Order: sequence, then C-alpha cells, then structure tokens
Amino acid sequence: MQYFAQQAINAIQLGSIYALIALGYSMVYGVLVMINFAHGDIFMVGAFVCLLIVSLCPVTLPFIVILLGVMLITALLGALIERFAYRPLRNAPRVSAIITALGCGLVIENTVLSISPYAKPMPVLFKVFTYHVDGITVTTLQLMIIGIAIFLMLGLDFLVRKTPFGMAMRAISFDTKTVPLMGINVNLMIALTFAIGAGLGGAAGMLYGLAYPVISASMGTLVGWKAFVAAVIGGIGDIRGAVLGGFILAAVEIMTVAFLPSTYRDLISYSLLLVILIFKPYGLLGSAPNQKV
Amino acid sequence: MTCRWALPVLVVIGFIFTVIIEKYQLFNGYTVFVLVTIGINIILCASLNLVNGYMGEFSVGHAGFMGLGAYAASILTVKIFPNVDTPVLFFCAVIAGGLVAAFIGFLLAILSFKTRGDYLAIITLAFLMIVKSSLENIHYVGGPRGLLGIHHLTTLPWTFFWVVVTLWVIRNLIYSKIGRAIIAIREDEIAANAMGVRTREAKIFAFATSSFFGGIAGALYAHQIQFINPSSFDILKSTEILVMVYLGGVGSLGGSILGAVVFTLLYRFLEQLTIGPGQLGSWHFGPWQLGTWRMVIMPLILVLLMLFRPRGIMGLREFAWFLPSRELLTRRKKE
Repeated sequence: MQYFAQQAINAIQLGSIYALIALGYSMVYGVLVMINFAHGDIFMVGAFVCLLIVSLCPVTLPFIVILLGVMLITALLGALIERFAYRPLRNAPRVSAIITALGCGLVIENTVLSISPYAKPMPVLFKVFTYHVDGITVTTLQLMIIGIAIFLMLGLDFLVRKTPFGMAMRAISFDTKTVPLMGINVNLMIALTFAIGAGLGGAAGMLYGLAYPVISASMGTLVGWKAFVAAVIGGIGDIRGAVLGGFILAAVEIMTVAFLPSTYRDLISYSLLLVILIFKPYGLLGSAPNQKV
Repeated sequence: MTCRWALPVLVVIGFIFTVIIEKYQLFNGYTVFVLVTIGINIILCASLNLVNGYMGEFSVGHAGFMGLGAYAASILTVKIFPNVDTPVLFFCAVIAGGLVAAFIGFLLAILSFKTRGDYLAIITLAFLMIVKSSLENIHYVGGPRGLLGIHHLTTLPWTFFWVVVTLWVIRNLIYSKIGRAIIAIREDEIAANAMGVRTREAKIFAFATSSFFGGIAGALYAHQIQFINPSSFDILKSTEILVMVYLGGVGSLGGSILGAVVFTLLYRFLEQLTIGPGQLGSWHFGPWQLGTWRMVIMPLILVLLMLFRPRGIMGLREFAWFLPSRELLTRRKKE
C-alpha cells in the first residue's frame, strides 16, 4: 500500500508535466484544427533554455525569474514558428500544415542535437528537502512541480473561461469564418494561443528537467509524443480533456513500470491509446465534428 | 511516348543492365549501395503514396510495416532456414515479409472505417509504436539489441525487379475500378459513399497493398544492411519516408520516384560532409559533426517546399508515359 501511494505521487508529478504539454497540443488543435508536431520540441527547448539561463547568468537568479524567462522565450519561439511556418499555410491543404509542423519539429530537434550531441545534466536550482510521511517520501521539488503545474492549469482555465481573450479563442475554435466579422483580430489571437501553449510547454520542459535531471535533444520526441497521446486520449481540442489525459497516461505508465518490466511501458500506453480510439474515436471528452458534404 | 511497348522494353533493358552491373561489378560497392537504397526508397515512397497521396489519409506508420516485413523475412532466412542460400528462399522470404505486413495493414484498414483524418494518423502512430515496443520485448528476435547475422541477399537486380513490380502493381491499381474508388475517398468520402462507391473495400485494398510493399521494402532493407533492430523502424524512419513522398509530390508515382531519388542523393551528399567517426542509426558519435546538420537541412528543405510549393515537386501530376489517359489526375484536390 505504501509502495502504491509512493507510485501515485510519482504519477501525479509526471501527470502534471504531461498535462502541461498536452494543453499546448490541445489549444492549438482547438483553434486551428492542426496537430502542432513541433510542440514536443518546444518542450525540449524549454529545458535547454533553463540550462542556458542558469549557466550564462553570473548571479543566481530566483527560481520564479528563471521560470518566467523560460516561458517568455519559448512563447516567443512558438509565436515565431506560427508566424513564419504555419500562417502562410492556413488556407493550404491541411496535410501541408502537418508536414510543415513535423519538419519544424525536426529542424528544432536536430539543431539542438547538432549543438549539444550529448545529454546534459540539469543544474540544481534550489535546496531540496525530503519529508517522510507514514513511510512515503515526498520532496519539496515534487510538491513544487505539482503546485506550479496546477497553478498554471488553473490560470489557463481562468484565462479561457473568464476573459475576453478566452472568449475570442473559444469563438475561433467554434467558427473561424464568422469571428473576424465580429471585430476580432484572428491572427493576433492565434499567435497568442501558440505563444501561451508554447510557454506552458517550455515551463513543462523546465519542470521535467528538474524532476529527471538529465536533458537531451531526443527528450522532445520521447516525452512530447507521450503528451500528444495524452491530449488525444482526453479528446484533442478539449482543454480539460488534455489535463485528464495527462494524468491517466501518467498513472498507467507509472503503474506499468511499478508492477511489470519497464520495457512494457510504451507498449501498454500506446495500446491504451489504440483501445480508447477504437471505442471512443474522438477521445474521452471530445465530440465528433459535424461533417458537411 | 506513344509506343506501348516502350516501357516494357525499357524495363527489360534496365533489368539486363542491372544483372551485368552485378555480375561484372562495373560500379564500386558504395555506388551499388546507394542505387539499392534508392530502389528501396522508391518502393517505400510509392507504397506510402497510395495511402497518403491517392487516398488522402495521413499515415505515419509506414516504418512499422517496413519493420514487420524486415523481421518476418529475416526470421525466415536467419532462424528457420539458416543454411539454405538460394534465390528462391530469398524471394519467398521477401514475399512472406510483405504478406505479414499486408495482414496487419488489413487489420489497420478495418480500424480506419470508424476514424479518419487526424485520428487515423494517430492510430497509425500508435500502431508504429506498438510494433516497435513489441519487437523490443520479443527475445526470440534479439529484443532491443536487434537481429544479427542476416546474409547480404539484396542485390541490384532483385531491387530493380521489386521496384518494377511495385510501380506496375500500384499504377495498375490506381487506374483500376478500385483505384478510382480510392481517389474518390480522397475527394470526398461521404459523397463517394452516397454515390455507391464501396469505400470500405477500397480502403482495405489501399492499406493492404501499401503495407504489402512496405513490408517488401523492409525485407530488402534488412538483407541490404544485414542488421536490424527495433529502433531502425521508429518515427524518424516514418518521417523520412513522409519527407520523400511530400518532396516528390502527393498522388503521383513519378513524384515518388523523383522524391526518392532526390532525397537519397541529397542525403548521401550531405553525409559526405561528416567530420568525425560517423553515425549509426539515430545515434551520433563525435564531438562536433557537420553531418548531423543534414538532419536540419533536410526538414528545412521540406518546410520551405511546403511553404512555396505545397504539393511537392510533382504534386498530382504524372509523367506522361505513366498515364493510360490523362484526364484522371488533372482535377485539383478540394479542401
């Protein structure tokens, strides 16, 4: 039982990171109906930007400043990719946009790989305390990761549900053609959506780097694709679904590793994806789009 | 080219030519290696084009079919008949690889009845990952370390033979009744269904044929490289095939040939720029290599191509000598 509770805490930690990345996939899909395959690599860039800030800055920055810096830089990267790679293709066939996204992801990943071919250790940003409660070990790092992730998710939920920006965003995902007639700057909104998604992904990259302190260029594909699976399980395009999918996937993965050989992890998580798509083709919380002929 | 015998005659001359090259070793080993790679890439590219180009779905699982074919054929030649070394066995092994892949492709086609578009792409992704991690967990085929001791059986004439078979079958399939149904799915699946097109049958045909030739390419690849492991058939390999297809152009066999040739030559050319010990699969060695930048350059070319020519070099067009009649593919795709 203690073992199980310990694994549950690990699952919540991993799940909150997955959920943060999955949000980026889901938001972009919501407004553009496009799978942003470069998002996993933005997540990876987040971890590297954190490393870069820490190693280049002569004074020790407070943690929150580093986090904000990482989010700002990755948000800029996300907006730049949107501006130069996706916006020209907005009226092109959808497949072209997907291919471009795949291409952008590869460009980012291989650029980082060429600059830093080896995995790098992540610096320790603050002193970590360990608490023992009833035989279960909890570190301040874990609590902080979970706390930051949940704070960001609640913030996003507030942004999407309660602010004019969120209303505009939901309107775009509801009907792209009518929204400009209401005086909403669609280009700005889409760029902002990309920036917010990328910022969350960058934050997730930094948190992931702190939790599992070895970062490499392939991290973007390894973890990014998982988060994408999480977004699909929850119903891609649905923000709450992304969070749900993130926690479900993390729970399944951690429990697989805890009770089965660890090589079965990918097999089971992708089989889960396949089974869910067979029975719920649009994810757990997603709804089927209307087809017009 | 109006003479209907021109193509078969060219094929026969080409085949004799490859046999002569192989027999008298006219080219050095590297050139032959590159030529065989081009051949395998043409097979991969043409077969993926059937699903991604002609049917208009987005499959990212082609490397999975390739892996299934490679493993099935290698098990036959390495594990079951290790001492038999005849061309007949190799032929049968390649066919077996294709059939295994085709069977799984058939199952995947059944899954594709309910889902489409992005969700079908995700199913093919899940399929690819499941194939890869299943292979990693089967100790009979070496697990993650891979299968060693495969004989070098993929010769230039064999590759040429399979390239011709692939192009011939896919071309004839496209211009058959089922092929028209496949193209109808791309244009509008619901409308096609309403017109009485048997879309399910067409989907099964497209997926099974595509995966059959994907498997065949995998079998040839295994007996060319002589070593396979599950990570040779990961998402990176799939992306590579996708790059070739979209570089050459969707919905065009001529484009597939062009894409495979251009991609392979460019890839090999950029590889020459490598400084350092080199690279195996997706693992890079050495502190600083120019060669790793080729994987930056290749996708960058693809992105630029998509921005300025979204349908690829030959998108939806065809070499004239490939077409029985010209009217079929001149329509623009509606989105």
